[in-house]
Amino acid sequence: MSDPRLPAAYLLPGTSSFSDFLSVQSPDLLPSRRAVPQGHAGDLAPHGTTIVAATFPGGVVMAGDRRATMGNIIAQRDIEKVFPADEFSAVGIAGSAGLAVEVVRLFQTELEHYEKIEGTTLSTDGKANRLAALIRSNLGMAMQGLAVVPLFAGYDLTVDQGRIFSYDVTGGRYEETAFHAVGSGSLFARGSLKKLYREDLNEEGCVTAVIQALYDAADDDSATGGPDLTRRIFPVVQVITADGGRRMPDADVAEIADRMIAGRMNRPDGPAASLT
Amino acid sequence: MSMPFYVSPEQLMKDRADFARKGIARGRSVVAVQYADGVLFVSENPSQALHKVSEIYDRIAFAAVGRYNEFENLRIAGVRLADMRGYAYDRRDVTGRGLANAYAQTLGTIFSSGGEKPYEVEIFVAEIGDAAAEDQLYRLTYDGQVADEHGYAVMGGAADVVAEHLANHYAEGASLAEALRVAVAALGHSENDKGKSGDRVVPVDHLEVAVLDRTRIQPRKFSRLRPARLRELLGDRGPETPGAPSDEDSRPDAAPTPSATDDPADPTDQVSGGVPPLEDPTTGEPPIAPPPPDPPSPAS
Repeated sequence: MSDPRLPAAYLLPGTSSFSDFLSVQSPDLLPSRRAVPQGHAGDLAPHGTTIVAATFPGGVVMAGDRRATMGNIIAQRDIEKVFPADEFSAVGIAGSAGLAVEVVRLFQTELEHYEKIEGTTLSTDGKANRLAALIRSNLGMAMQGLAVVPLFAGYDLTVDQGRIFSYDVTGGRYEETAFHAVGSGSLFARGSLKKLYREDLNEEGCVTAVIQALYDAADDDSATGGPDLTRRIFPVVQVITADGGRRMPDADVAEIADRMIAGRMNRPDGPAASLT
Repeated sequence: MSMPFYVSPEQLMKDRADFARKGIARGRSVVAVQYADGVLFVSENPSQALHKVSEIYDRIAFAAVGRYNEFENLRIAGVRLADMRGYAYDRRDVTGRGLANAYAQTLGTIFSSGGEKPYEVEIFVAEIGDAAAEDQLYRLTYDGQVADEHGYAVMGGAADVVAEHLANHYAEGASLAEALRVAVAALGHSENDKGKSGDRVVPVDHLEVAVLDRTRIQPRKFSRLRPARLRELLGDRGPETPGAPSDEDSRPDAAPTPSATDDPADPTDQVSGGVPPLEDPTTGEPPIAPPPPDPPSPAS
């Protein structure tokens, strides 16, 4: 007869990490513990594409386009790839979409679990390191084409500024200054932000800059979706300030996107930067 | 042949229940009150770090009295259970009833298993719904019994006095400020000498207050009310009087020592009766193991 009480592992003091607990109690629920047969599995599932983040005085903005692709097919037009990780941070994902969403869910639970058990939140660096650990454990799948590459942004209350972290598939964690982009259109988005980004942008200016960057990425990368004017689908934008994070309402994003598109009607390549 | 002592099951369970009750009665009370927007928890707890009320999940909270290490264990188990279920299924699939059942099974098994010390804890598990009618408040006792409470509930040291005060003053559908005032007044009512009725103003810094508030826009409805907010809600209440020192308080200067007398009539004293002395009272001999066989009866 099995014991009706909670399993002993639940009552053991010790780890405050949900993924550590999961790896002991139900390892099959961990995305990284799945056995994938040999061979390339990357073409089996949709891919998410471009994520952009940029800081401004008093906060940080993260935005992602809405397209998921499977080879030459557009798998989904309105996928969401930018998520709040907790109150003061957000995570955006490029790569194998299904696996990435699962990693984000695990990461969200990980942060909340720590907060509830310890009664305090992790530091921004602590959160970035936990995400690195989750990505590192996924290396085997990445080698078979199921790579997940996140971008992490958070508002650090101890230094009062927004911070951005990028990752590679081996779990390498790199802090970025000012702005960064990941995904297939990231080269174009980063080039665009180089010309548009100013250190003294306000929140709205910063959102405009990242939406311009996503437009430029969609302009040159077939896997990145531009603003869908007929269906009114616009990028997902997370804004994080000292008051916490929030998703910018679709109506506000649509207004900024409409203004940008009106400008591009006159100059399709976007605003011109001065030569000197 | 020596005979092992026979202890009837009734006596065994009663002893274990008495033991657990004594442990629980030593601490201060925790009050849970249902109000218009959710459930309010109030406890007199001078410690800012060792919480008695905590968040379990989006709409579920946990409050406990008794031994800190034991209920802390149960709290962590609850957080793990809830997060595990929410991760494996969905956030909406984590229910207070499921959690209360898991706690009840655990406490019940430990209570009735002979080899373990029963947990000296009592627990509230509260869950809020979209409307006040869907709010649930479960009370779990040391032996794994579950009770579905309505309106208000009290557990811990002076539970009966506090509950009596609440019964006279509780109003359904009260605002947060009203519910808080009633709950704090009830806690202040408890801590007077036996028989004397007198009310004490509990200092704001000694209150641990948390709510499950369905009007919060975040999915996580649990929030703690800080002293500044409490002052604002409670208004002017006159001079504050800290509670009498309790056994559960930590003292920097000395380890807690039990009081010297065992009063069988008082279930709250820490000294247990019936412990045999170390040496034989008549001969002064130390006890020997195994015990000596029964002396042969004079008839044989």
